[in-house]
Amino acid sequence: MSRAPRVPGRIRPAPESSSRRRFIGSGAVVAATLAARTTGAAETATDFLPPADPPWSRTLGAPILASPYGAPARHEAGVVRRQSPGLTRTALSSVSFTPLQNLFGIITPSGLHYERHHAGVPDVVPDRHRLMVHGLVRAPRLYTLDDIVRFPSVSRIHFIECGANTGMEWANVAVPTVQYTHGMLGCSEWTGVPLALLLDEAGFDRKRARYVLAEGADGASLTRTIPLDMARDDVLVVYGQNGEMLRPEQGYPLRLLVPGVQGVSSVKWLRRLEVGDAPWNTREESLHYVDLMPGGIHRQYTWIQEAKSVITSPSGGQLLLDRGYHEITGLAWSGRGKVARVDVSTDGGRNWRTAKLQAPVLSKALTRFRIDWTWSGGVALLQSRVIDETGYVQPSIRELRDVRGTRSIYHNNAIQTWRVDPAGDVSNVQVS
Amino acid sequence: MYRSRSVVVVAVTFAALAGVAHADPTLRYGFGKPATAAEIAGWDIDVRPDGAGLPEGRGSVADGQAIFDAKCASCHGTFGESTDYMAIAGGVGTLQSDQPMRTTGSKLNYATTLFDYIRRAMPFNAPKSLTSDEVYALTAYVLNLNDILPADAVLDRRSIVAVQMPNRDGFTTRHGFMRADGKPDTHAKACMTNCAAEVRLSSEIPDYARDSHGDVAQQTGRATGDGGASAGLSGTLPPAELAARAGCLACHGVTNGVIGPAFADVAQRYRNDPTAADRLLRKVQAGGAGSFGTVVMPAQRLPERDLRTLIDWILDRLQ
Repeated sequence: MSRAPRVPGRIRPAPESSSRRRFIGSGAVVAATLAARTTGAAETATDFLPPADPPWSRTLGAPILASPYGAPARHEAGVVRRQSPGLTRTALSSVSFTPLQNLFGIITPSGLHYERHHAGVPDVVPDRHRLMVHGLVRAPRLYTLDDIVRFPSVSRIHFIECGANTGMEWANVAVPTVQYTHGMLGCSEWTGVPLALLLDEAGFDRKRARYVLAEGADGASLTRTIPLDMARDDVLVVYGQNGEMLRPEQGYPLRLLVPGVQGVSSVKWLRRLEVGDAPWNTREESLHYVDLMPGGIHRQYTWIQEAKSVITSPSGGQLLLDRGYHEITGLAWSGRGKVARVDVSTDGGRNWRTAKLQAPVLSKALTRFRIDWTWSGGVALLQSRVIDETGYVQPSIRELRDVRGTRSIYHNNAIQTWRVDPAGDVSNVQVS
Repeated sequence: MYRSRSVVVVAVTFAALAGVAHADPTLRYGFGKPATAAEIAGWDIDVRPDGAGLPEGRGSVADGQAIFDAKCASCHGTFGESTDYMAIAGGVGTLQSDQPMRTTGSKLNYATTLFDYIRRAMPFNAPKSLTSDEVYALTAYVLNLNDILPADAVLDRRSIVAVQMPNRDGFTTRHGFMRADGKPDTHAKACMTNCAAEVRLSSEIPDYARDSHGDVAQQTGRATGDGGASAGLSGTLPPAELAARAGCLACHGVTNGVIGPAFADVAQRYRNDPTAADRLLRKVQAGGAGSFGTVVMPAQRLPERDLRTLIDWILDRLQ
């Protein structure tokens, strides 16, 4: 049993403007002014606190169905996906990032799961959507959504990470918060039909079949090659996400889910699966999603997302208000299986302690880790390092650059460093 | 007679059910329907490097230039140098340098992939609108912009496979990322103590990027202050929804009395009274009975702004 923390630690957003500092310094005054202006009554901020009853204890609340679907509390309006300014040229072929710094546990709320699309989000009419299975099969099939839902289904929790996640940081620090460094990442409970079942149903050619092409129904009709072994292992044709139908930006009404593989392979708005005997070398497998190595050669078909971890709190842009106890927490994952261990360093990698893993620890899913930490008020360099069940150890950025240089864009799974300065400001840095 | 007819009915019904569920007796589930050759032909637009999937048709560099200027140059630039979007020409031979110029011409390995992509996804605002001849022509023109094809070139399903792209041999699959059990290219050790002699900061966020992502303080924290709790909901909800949220509709209808009077009746009562809003505000805040009957209305403790919004709305419910 760990010792009870003696000094409470608080964490707040870093107030960058002087007005915000004043607000925090004299919150009661500001709140009282606000209350007086809006209610006309002589309410002060202390009226919200014991021994007084706050307004919501003295009035009726909202009736049922005030919001038939439901939405986050209005005070959480800052917890949203964001784009990284300048990263792309048009919002129609772009990416939005998951606010990892605000999330708990391992499930990404569907409305916060990062977006990546190449020709906008199509408004697919489910009754008119079809999934075609053809190519090297005995019985080419055309399915409605209802047909797909009739098949025996499975639900599994898996992460999806864009191959370009952390791609902006290959050469140097470029972005301020974990939302932008690691936010092309989400983890959901997915429900659908095993692709193996659809391939068996169509009677794929067991002698010649080697690959499956997946194609989307959006304007880009994005295509990716999936090796048959992988397709028959754990790939799903998905319609459910976190208990409901997929969101439009996640591929409504059908998407592929290729666990452990870079997100682009989990083709959204899935309309066609073609069985073939050679890879397709599609645009998204030749002009993009290939890894440029020193010497000018590109690695092609770099499917697997290797083990990676990041501390989400404290993380860039936050502020430690007090010395004393802080929980360090974050996420770890591996495209090769389960997370076996996560170590945390607070001195830039000189010394490490092993963190606690929060159950469940699932294959190719996010795993939450936590460790106690007492901040003494000095400079700290916070790092996490995952080891997956294959024994693979997450590399440092230097170890990665030694092999791959700084131009490969994709598959940067380096150890992340957050610097805590003596004032408590947390910022993104790299160490060597 | 009677008996045999029912047998026929049963047999026909069974055959019909079987026909629906198992048109193809080799299928285990039999859901969906066979994809016909015509249906497949319409959607099966992918093209492989070996030429599989290429349609009939042909197009020249000259034809391609006319189409490009009309439909492509606004994004890709007249010479494929790009405006804001991906450059499609130039940069050949730069991939080995410190400043690789990644363009269609410098990076792509097979011309068939260019054909496939234009056919399915371009022009950006009107994908799948081009004929096969137009796609061949545009492919020819883009290759000409990159000095890969001469100005008099014509592409068709045979000649496009023969095109030699500058980066044809610039790709490798000799790496560990194709299989879950592939071999990694880094071999870090999980040292636990005294692992580094010296830790040096090698990079911090550049000055120019410090504010490029907005107020990160607001993006990284939990809710702060009183969250506007005392400011009420006015302005965030239409008055009718505010009335529902505030619980008014538990006792009042808009046109019908429930426990209390209908809002329309209240509006009628005060229709010529310029002080109505202030009087109603005091009544609602204080509560009471007598105006419309003997049932007591409890004092309402909503923020004044919300109350005034509601009262203005109620007084506007005249029928």
